[in-house]
Amino acid sequence: MTQKTRPSAGETAPEREISPEKRLEMYRLQVLLRQAEQRAYDLFLENKIKGTSHLSLGQEAVAAGTAAAMRPGDLSFCTYRGHAHTLARGVPVEKVLGELMGRDNGLMRGKGGSMHLTSVEHGVMGSYAIVGAHLPIACGAAWRAQYKGDSDVSVCFFGDGATNIGAFHEALNFAACRKLPVVFVCENNLYMEYTPITEVTAVTHPGADRASAYGLERIVIDGNDADVVYLTLSKAFARARAGEGPSLIECLTYRHSGHSRADPAKYRPPGELDRWKERDPVSIYRKRLEAEGVPGATLDAIEAQVRRVVDDATKACEAAPSTSEDILFTDVYADGGCSWRN
Amino acid sequence: MAQLTYREAVARGIAQEMARDENVVLLGEDVAKAGGVFKATVGLFEQFGPKRVLDTPISEQAILGAAMGAAMTGLRPIAEIMFADFLGVCYDYIANEFPKTRYMSNGQVSCPLVVRCGNGGGARFGAQHSQSVENWCMQFPGLKVVSPSSPVDVIGLLAAAVRDPDPVVFLEHKSLYAVKGEVPDGEILDTLGTARILRPGRDATILALGMMVPRSLQAAEALQAKYGISCEVIDVRSLVPLDTQCILGSVARTGRVFTVEENPRQLGWGSELVSIIADEAFYDLDGPAVRITTPNIPLPAADALEDLAIPSVDRIVGMIHRSLTA
Ligand SMILES: Cc1ncc(C[n+]2csc(CCOP(=O)(O)OP(=O)(O)O)c2C)c(N)n1
Ligand SMILES: [Mg+2]
Repeated sequence: MTQKTRPSAGETAPEREISPEKRLEMYRLQVLLRQAEQRAYDLFLENKIKGTSHLSLGQEAVAAGTAAAMRPGDLSFCTYRGHAHTLARGVPVEKVLGELMGRDNGLMRGKGGSMHLTSVEHGVMGSYAIVGAHLPIACGAAWRAQYKGDSDVSVCFFGDGATNIGAFHEALNFAACRKLPVVFVCENNLYMEYTPITEVTAVTHPGADRASAYGLERIVIDGNDADVVYLTLSKAFARARAGEGPSLIECLTYRHSGHSRADPAKYRPPGELDRWKERDPVSIYRKRLEAEGVPGATLDAIEAQVRRVVDDATKACEAAPSTSEDILFTDVYADGGCSWRN
Repeated sequence: MAQLTYREAVARGIAQEMARDENVVLLGEDVAKAGGVFKATVGLFEQFGPKRVLDTPISEQAILGAAMGAAMTGLRPIAEIMFADFLGVCYDYIANEFPKTRYMSNGQVSCPLVVRCGNGGGARFGAQHSQSVENWCMQFPGLKVVSPSSPVDVIGLLAAAVRDPDPVVFLEHKSLYAVKGEVPDGEILDTLGTARILRPGRDATILALGMMVPRSLQAAEALQAKYGISCEVIDVRSLVPLDTQCILGSVARTGRVFTVEENPRQLGWGSELVSIIADEAFYDLDGPAVRITTPNIPLPAADALEDLAIPSVDRIVGMIHRSLTA
C-alpha cells in the first residue's frame, strides 16, 4: 500500500463540450466557495465562529462542477464538510456564515451549526456528521423519486474515509440492485481526519476500487478540474434519469487546510501541500479560461463581485443579533414544541 | 505528585495498563500516529509500537467487533469510539453482543474490554457530537458504565476497567480534557462501583457526573456563600455498578437529593437513582427528589443556545435554592 501523495490527473477523461456561460458560472462558483471558506476561516481566528468547522478549501471544483451539472429539484446530501456543497446550490453566503456564527440570521438560526447545514428550498437535504449515515438516506430519497416517477436525482457527497464504514457498502448494494437514481460522489482528499486513507484501506482507490463489487463502473476523475467533474457528473445524472441506476464517482482532490479547525495538519509529508497547490482548482480554471480567450477583466469582475457578496454577508452577520433564546424548545416535535407529557 | 491534564491522564492510565499486561491493546480511529483527535492517546504509539496501538479505518462495527473477538479469546482491548455519539453506529455490540455473551454462554465466554469515548457537550459541536450517552449504555444487564471527572480518577478507574472481567464503557468528558489535577506517582488503581463524596454537607445531597461535577461543586460553594445552604456533593463516577450505599447514606443524612445530569431529561441516569431512593429511602426524604437536567431537546450548536440547554452553575443554584426554601 503506497500512499499517493502526488496530484493525479485522474483516469477517466471528459468527452463533451461545455458552454462558455456554464464555464463562467463554474468559475464564479469556485471563487465564491474559496472566498466564503477563507472568510469562515478568518472569522474563526477572530473567535467569531465557535465550535468546529470543516473547510473545503482546495476541493471547490467538486462542489462547483457537480452543482453546475445539477438541475433545480435535484437533491444534495452532504457531510459535515458541507459549506461548499450548500453554497454551490445557491444558499446565500450570509445564511451560511450566520449559521456558523450562531446568529439569528443563520440558515437554521444556530440550531444545527456548521456540520448540519440544511436548506430544503435549495435541495440541500442536510449535512450529516455521522460518517456514512447519509448514503442510505440518499438511497431513500432516490427510491421515492423512482416510486413516484419524479425526475430528480439525489447526489450524496462523502470522503474517502467513509468508504470503510458499513453504511457505504449497504447503500451501494441497495442502490445498485434497485437501480436507484442516486449518484455517489466520493471526494478522495487522501486523508480521513489525521490518518492517510491508504494506511487503513485494502485498495488504492477507496471508492472506485469497490465499484465492481456492486456491479458499477470504475470511475476515477481529477476532482480539481471542474470541467471534468461537470462532464462526468452530467453523464451520471443522465444515466440516473434514464433509469439506468446509480454511479459511484471517485474525485481525486486535496484539502488545503486541516481536517477541522483544531487541526494544523502536521501529519502531511513536507511538500505535499505545495504540490497540490500547484494544481489549485481555482487558479487552474482561471488560467484555462484566460488561455481560451476569456478577458482577464471579465474574471477580475467576477472575483470583485464575489468579494462584495462575501463582505456584505460578513457585515450582515456581524450586525445580526445572537440567535434568540426562544427557539431553544421549538421544533422537537411536529406540534412545534418539545413536550413529551401532558 | 504531578500536575496532569485529564487527557494526559487517559494516556497515562492506558500506558500503565499496557506496561503491566502485554495483552492490553489499543485500537481506534487516529489513536496511534496522531495520538487521538482529543490528544488523549499521545505517546502510546511511540511507546508500545504498531502491534499494540492500531489506527483503524472509520469502521466502528469492526472496532468493537474485533475488540470483542479479541477479548473473548484472551486479549484485553481498549477500543476508542471517538465521540460517544458514534456508539449509535455500532450499538449492536453495546446492546446485543458484549453484555449478553457471558449469560447466554452460561459463563463460558467473557468479554473483558473497555470502550472509551469522548462524551458530553459544551464545545458547540451540535446535536450529533455533544451528547451525554450514559443512559444509552446503562440499561443493559452485563455492561458496566463509568465516567470520571478528574485526572486521578481517570487513571484509577481506567485501570480498574481494564482489569475488570466484564465489558466497561468508559465515558471521558470532552469539556474536561484540558482540566488539570494532582496525580500521585506510581501505579494508580481505583475500584469500579464507588462514588466519592467531594464536599460534605448537611442540607442536601447533590449527585453529579462528568462535567456536572465541577459545576455542582461551584454551585455548592455559591449556595453556602449566598444562602448558608450546606450541600454534600457526590461524584457518582460509576453508574454500573452503582455505589448505592454511599448515595443512600448521604440522603439519610441530608434528607434532600438533587441529581445534576447533562443528558436530556427522559430516562437520564438520575431517573434510575431517584427511583432507587424513592424505593429504599423514601422516609429519609424531607422533600421531593429533584432532577436538574438538559431539557427534552437535542443539543443546539450555537453557543448561546447550548449554554441555556446544559445545566449551568446558576441554574443548579437557582433550582436547589428554590426547592429548599419552597
Ligand atoms: C461514524 C463516525 N465515525 C467517526 C467520525 C469522526 N470523523 C469525522 S470526519 C472523519 C474523517 C472522515 O474522512 P473522509 O470520509 O475522508 O472525509 P473528509 O473529512 O476527508 O472530507 C472522522 C473519522 C464520525 N463523524 N462518524
Ligand atoms: Mg478524506
